[in-house]
Amino acid sequence: MKKVINNDTFWAFIFIFPSLLGILIFNFIPTLSSFYISFTKWNLLGNPQFVGFKNYISLFSDPLFYKVLYQTFIFVFCTVFIEVILSIFIAVLLNSLIIGKTFFRTIYFLPVITSMIAGSILWNWIFDPAYGFLNYFLSFIGIEKISWLADENWALFSIILVSIWKNIGYSTVLIVAGLQTIPNECIEASKIDGASKYQTFFKIVLPLLSPTIFMVTIVSFINSFQTFDSVYILTSGGPKNSTNIMVYWLYKNAFEYYNMGKASAIAYVLFFIILLFTLIQWNIRKKWVFYEK
Amino acid sequence: MGFLRKINFISYFLLTIGSILMFLPFLLMIALAFSPYEKSLTYPPILIPSDVTINNFKEVMTSNNFFRYFFNSLVVSLFTTFGQIITCSMAAYAFARLEFKFKNHIFLLFLSTMMIPTQVNLVPLFSMMHKLGWINTYFALIIPGLFSAFGIFLMRQYYITLPKELEESAKIDGCNQWKIFWKIFFPLSLPSIVTLSIFSFITSWNSFLWPLLVINSDYLKTLPVALASFKSSFREVINWSLIMAGTLISVIPSLLIFIFGQKYFISGITTGSVKD
Repeated sequence: MKKVINNDTFWAFIFIFPSLLGILIFNFIPTLSSFYISFTKWNLLGNPQFVGFKNYISLFSDPLFYKVLYQTFIFVFCTVFIEVILSIFIAVLLNSLIIGKTFFRTIYFLPVITSMIAGSILWNWIFDPAYGFLNYFLSFIGIEKISWLADENWALFSIILVSIWKNIGYSTVLIVAGLQTIPNECIEASKIDGASKYQTFFKIVLPLLSPTIFMVTIVSFINSFQTFDSVYILTSGGPKNSTNIMVYWLYKNAFEYYNMGKASAIAYVLFFIILLFTLIQWNIRKKWVFYEK
Repeated sequence: MGFLRKINFISYFLLTIGSILMFLPFLLMIALAFSPYEKSLTYPPILIPSDVTINNFKEVMTSNNFFRYFFNSLVVSLFTTFGQIITCSMAAYAFARLEFKFKNHIFLLFLSTMMIPTQVNLVPLFSMMHKLGWINTYFALIIPGLFSAFGIFLMRQYYITLPKELEESAKIDGCNQWKIFWKIFFPLSLPSIVTLSIFSFITSWNSFLWPLLVINSDYLKTLPVALASFKSSFREVINWSLIMAGTLISVIPSLLIFIFGQKYFISGITTGSVKD
């Protein structure tokens, strides 16, 4: 008995058991069964019927699929690109402060901890064509009232704007942490060598920061691909599907049309895209990440 | 020196403008939540309420099950947080301090679930809840959230930094692993526990898609689901003042937690990303 109790394996099993069970049941097995469901026809009631690649074939021959895919890409690329550039800018400014760093950081971080539902409701009001603040603000520079959420040309842009507002604080905090790992000697040395502020930034700081920027980009990519709440609240995918992006479409197919097979196929396409992006970024990392431990 | 001061002035100036833009939605929310309904239909929009009223708060709390939604969110978030502290710290301890077969394989399996977008699991999880009869119960809201690979990773990062002497001396005193963990390591990991708690509480408090799927009955709605349905049920004539009052209340708990636990939250975000 004593031997058993002293045995690490025994105790490790006890300690890991709850998490192992939970993660297997609620994460691992659903991921596998989702893969199976994507090859079936199923409306949630009764048993799934195996149909082979039919869901994938119908997906790839559906014009809406390409529209959704295209919009998802536009949404993700714009969000991530603007978010990362702006957060580098904000982080550098924040890092240069002597007092008030925490204050400003808190303000920029507020949207991150606010629920996307609350955030979307706030923006819904700002986007209001008649009484909203955005149109009021733009009226000063002579821009006429825009129906942000009801206009096909502006709806996706509006969703992008909300996403950037929501996530920029998160990227900024990561980049500030990255900036703090840059040894001061590097910056001092470049100053002594007579480099200007801009030269120091582009030739020293940015290359040393590239691992962090790389990581932030991947995280934002993965998060943006999974956007749902803001679309649900602000546009419900409309007008004319112009803000219908992958997770929202998945939700529609599963829980409004009860087409579980197609929904799971969409889920796996999404999974595959995210995986592909992560892998591509890992591979090109060598080209634009200059410094790594 | 003059140059430095100029740079700093520009930094403050730009950051202030940015902050105003970031805070503006909150400001508009506060202004509207404290204004009578008619004010939401004025143009230009109000930034500072002229006749402050708390009627919106009174109305939102009495006209529907608002207390109930708040209570539901609180119960779900607290149970989820508590559960994650227990399950994650236990597993993390094993991965950090114990030697056993397939340790790295299991750890990798756990981490790999973090790479999978949660939406992939949605359909099977929903059908699982359906089969278990958990739709419209607290079980569906709480149980799948009790486990977290991220939490295990976070806690493990802390446990591996603690000195080896801790368990050696405890072993000499005749403690078994169970005691070593609960009496020594668990209390020592308080900073990480706080970080994990803030994370899981805020995530759970803000979560929307899962509660939206598994809850239909009004009585079990969490705040985000309730707010979303407010918005759509008032679609004919949206009473923005009322919605903003509800939204403001919903934002307060996570805001307070963040303001007091900011240090821990930021450290949690940067764990394993920058510092590694």
